[in-house]
Amino acid sequence: MASSTTESSRILHEIETLKSAKSDLERRISALESQLHGLNHPHNNGVCIASSTSPSAFPHGLSPDMIYRYSRHLLLPSFGVQGQLRLSKSSILVVGAGGLGSPALLYLAASGVGRLGIVDHDVVELNNMHRQIIHTEAYIGRSKVESAAATCRLINSTVEIVEHKEALRTSNALEIFSKYDIIVDATDNAPSRYMISDCCVVLGKPLVSGAALGLEGQLTVYNYNGGPCYRCLFPTPPPTTACQRCADSGVLGVVPGIIGCLQALEAIKVSSAVGEPLSGRMLLFDALAARIRIVKIRGRSLQCEVCGENSKFKAAQFQEFDYEKFTQSPLSTSPLRLKLLEPNSRISTKEYGDRLRNGESHVLVDVRPEHHFKIVALPNSLNIPLASLDGRLEEVVSALKEEEHKQSSESSGADVQLYVVCRRGNDSQRAVKYLQEKGFPSAKDIIGGLEGWAHEVDPTFPSY
Amino acid sequence: MKGEEDGFGFADRSGGEKVEQLVQIKALFFARARDLTGINDVLLEVPSGSTTKDCLDKIVANFPRLEEILGCVVLALNEDYTTESTIVKDKDELAIIPPISGG
Repeated sequence: MASSTTESSRILHEIETLKSAKSDLERRISALESQLHGLNHPHNNGVCIASSTSPSAFPHGLSPDMIYRYSRHLLLPSFGVQGQLRLSKSSILVVGAGGLGSPALLYLAASGVGRLGIVDHDVVELNNMHRQIIHTEAYIGRSKVESAAATCRLINSTVEIVEHKEALRTSNALEIFSKYDIIVDATDNAPSRYMISDCCVVLGKPLVSGAALGLEGQLTVYNYNGGPCYRCLFPTPPPTTACQRCADSGVLGVVPGIIGCLQALEAIKVSSAVGEPLSGRMLLFDALAARIRIVKIRGRSLQCEVCGENSKFKAAQFQEFDYEKFTQSPLSTSPLRLKLLEPNSRISTKEYGDRLRNGESHVLVDVRPEHHFKIVALPNSLNIPLASLDGRLEEVVSALKEEEHKQSSESSGADVQLYVVCRRGNDSQRAVKYLQEKGFPSAKDIIGGLEGWAHEVDPTFPSY
Repeated sequence: MKGEEDGFGFADRSGGEKVEQLVQIKALFFARARDLTGINDVLLEVPSGSTTKDCLDKIVANFPRLEEILGCVVLALNEDYTTESTIVKDKDELAIIPPISGG
């Protein structure tokens, strides 16, 4: 029995090692392929004019390989040789290699954009995989940009892929954006959206903006041909309570997939000058109702702080602008860590673990929404979601009484403690504050919530 | 989630002897507006000649939690751009669209 366990762990280890070596090799091969391609066509920005195997270039400049690869594009009367040539001479930057960026990048690489840039500072995680379809399991724990670039190169080695493995900030945005014709916003937070839109206005770049959350998606092309920018529509940032993240609210994987595909489509239309881009209009996708609406939105606002008539917002102002302060939310995706309580109203997960082991008499209230509680919960916890706490205080009272009753029969003496837990330790603090005001002065919050519990006490406790 | 029939008329109409003509409009909620109201749409009646602003005021009176997002929404009347002073007509659809940030 013991030897078979050792044997299987040895095999697992070897599989892991081989997998990682394999993906390293694949990455190196695709990097070398694109390097070789660059050497063969040094003066054309990575765009193929004539393949090295074919001396005879055609007057339009597409090589035989390109004609074959993109034949279905070339067969479209409204796209044709001209559309493909324009696309192959254009450069597109995708900010964010997540749920929106994954399909956008896959299609942009496949369709033969000349140069494709990817910005992201994150690493691939297991809970990304259901929607961030450009990444494979072998890349878990590694850079999203490296992973996305490797996949793009495997799909189309003739496209020049540029890796920007850094967080987009006012300090680097102008320099990065200035190297591209079109910007695709595939980020996941409000400050980034304002920063990207402002940077596009300053540099005069069209912006293909997509967003998805839950079962809904939105899509618009901003700053295109005299059309509005993001700030024309939303001069005042949304309240922080309205800025929801997929990590909190959830998202059905295919929803950002659809919006990301539409972003690729709009970027292709803009770069090939084909069709009517979605400027001055906003597409609203409702997955549950299977409905897409397109609403007309306002034109450019003359009073817009950034793109308006008398705007003084230029590169210098952009670099000075504090987007986190403006939107009151962080640029990075790291979750909020509130500090609402005095230290004596809080205990660490380790301490709670100790008290649990010592059999301390207590009631544990879990204030997460019911559908979270159903995913995973600590044993013997009482689920009263924060939103319904004020109407359910009776349940806290009776749970404490029940515990007191149990305790008096064992006659151990001490008071019954009241602890509150949530997912990350923010709502539990709000709940403790409320409980203390409502006559439960000794209520305590478990610092860091269930995520902290999984990190510090029980590594087998599932994270979500 | 489904639409909710509107049961509220204007209670504060002054005078009373003159019966005002009412128009019925449908408010459509998107993204955060859906979370805050718990519904996708609602029918409401407003006196004829009312503006989109009047409609919004009435909607907020019935769904006070919407107040928090009204500073940052796109409004569309019958899928077209609208301002707060546009007069609504019977059967109009007023969409309240807060931005989504996720991705």
